[in-house]
Amino acid sequence: MTLGFGILEIVVSLAAMLSAAAGLTWVERRLLGFWQDRAGPNRVGPFGTLQAVADGVKLLFKQDWIPPFADRGVFILAPAAGMATVLLGFAVIPVTAGWSVAGHLNVGILFFLAMTSLGVYSVVLGGWASNNKFALLGGMRAAAQMVSYEVFMGLSLLGTVMLAHSFSLVDIVMAQGRMWFIVPQFLGFVTFLLAGIAETHRLPFDLPEGENELGAGFHTEYSGMKFGMFFIAEYAGIVLIASMITTLFLGGWLGPVLPPVVWFLLKTGLTICFFILLRAALPRPRYDQLMMFGWKVLLPVCLLNVAVTGAAILLFSPTG
Amino acid sequence: MNALFTLAAIVAVISTTMVVTRTVAVHALLYLVVSLLAVATVFFTLGAAFAAALEVIIYAGAIMILFVFVVMMLNLDRDDADRENTWLTPRVWAGPALLSAVLAGELLYAGIAGHGTIVAAREVGPVQVGLALFGPYLLAVELASLLLLAGLISAYHLGRDSGRGG
Repeated sequence: MTLGFGILEIVVSLAAMLSAAAGLTWVERRLLGFWQDRAGPNRVGPFGTLQAVADGVKLLFKQDWIPPFADRGVFILAPAAGMATVLLGFAVIPVTAGWSVAGHLNVGILFFLAMTSLGVYSVVLGGWASNNKFALLGGMRAAAQMVSYEVFMGLSLLGTVMLAHSFSLVDIVMAQGRMWFIVPQFLGFVTFLLAGIAETHRLPFDLPEGENELGAGFHTEYSGMKFGMFFIAEYAGIVLIASMITTLFLGGWLGPVLPPVVWFLLKTGLTICFFILLRAALPRPRYDQLMMFGWKVLLPVCLLNVAVTGAAILLFSPTG
Repeated sequence: MNALFTLAAIVAVISTTMVVTRTVAVHALLYLVVSLLAVATVFFTLGAAFAAALEVIIYAGAIMILFVFVVMMLNLDRDDADRENTWLTPRVWAGPALLSAVLAGELLYAGIAGHGTIVAAREVGPVQVGLALFGPYLLAVELASLLLLAGLISAYHLGRDSGRGG
């Protein structure tokens, strides 16, 4: 692959990802409206499809205010760090066998985990730099929640890695030719899904923002495009987790009849819709319930999954 | 490859110096994160992609987050930064700086004169790391896991809520 083609691929992927994340804000509000028996945004453009554009224009023209009591440098750095880590995470996602920026990287899954763990900084630093009690509380909740759920996120992927004998995401998809990993790794799938929601701090696990007790949590002091970056990074995070679920558990681009790209987009899109459905259907747990559930339920389940998967591989492997 | 290595090494040295000289604790920690990321890049250019990934996940992504968490809870303000400023006098940093300068000189000399050739940069994949850990280094892995278990149990004991009959 030449350098020029590689750069083109990166630019196209980033553009597609950002427009998908922005468009997702409209999709989410329409779907929520549908499930809650109301219209949702339907005035701007046909069916309200231009709502995301209107929101973007509004955010761009708002005053970009930095509070005088904030830590200026870190305050600006925090949303940028969140955006950058999420977008870097896309580098290892293989859209098809031949279309990925670094899908063959032999530590692909670890790269993804590294980027999600660095993403915690944006929330934590945003909360700290705002120099505001609510923001600080949100940042501290985020730190504890995301560090805890990172552990299960890593552990829940171990079974998949063991079955595929590789950390490379292309190899993992190729290993699902006979059966999607969601069948033998159902526990891994469920724990990864829960950890993914907690990592993107989405409803029902959006305790860092918890608007009924913390104002808006870590981004209380943010306005204009800096808030927009937090906002879009969250949606890009959903797209990232959904693509990871597609790649790791739903067979990636594999599928009959339709071309591979369509299969990938279809699976990812349905997973995203499932994320939105969870938001519409479930109430938010209390913070201590969230942490307790993580350490007392998910951790043993993940370890059990790893042990059982290992035993099954040893039992059924031809070399014994 | 060599240019990447040099660049990452320079970033690591500069950011580590910044860690020592910053007076606001969170800024110092952020430079430390940059330093760790730079070291991860150094590992990567030397062919140890697995070690680089673990460096980012564990050190930059987990341990440093906990450091930031604790510093956030301490709620340091301007007074603390000013006090920190009075502590960093030449009397304090002259000695360590001199000793580090000697080491840096040795390193540069070794690099320029070509003594002490750098380890042959070959790719070490996750499989080789696993085989090494559970082959020749099995005892060390088991000892480390025992140590971690002991730490876990002690932390649990210290954090136990004795008020509720625990």
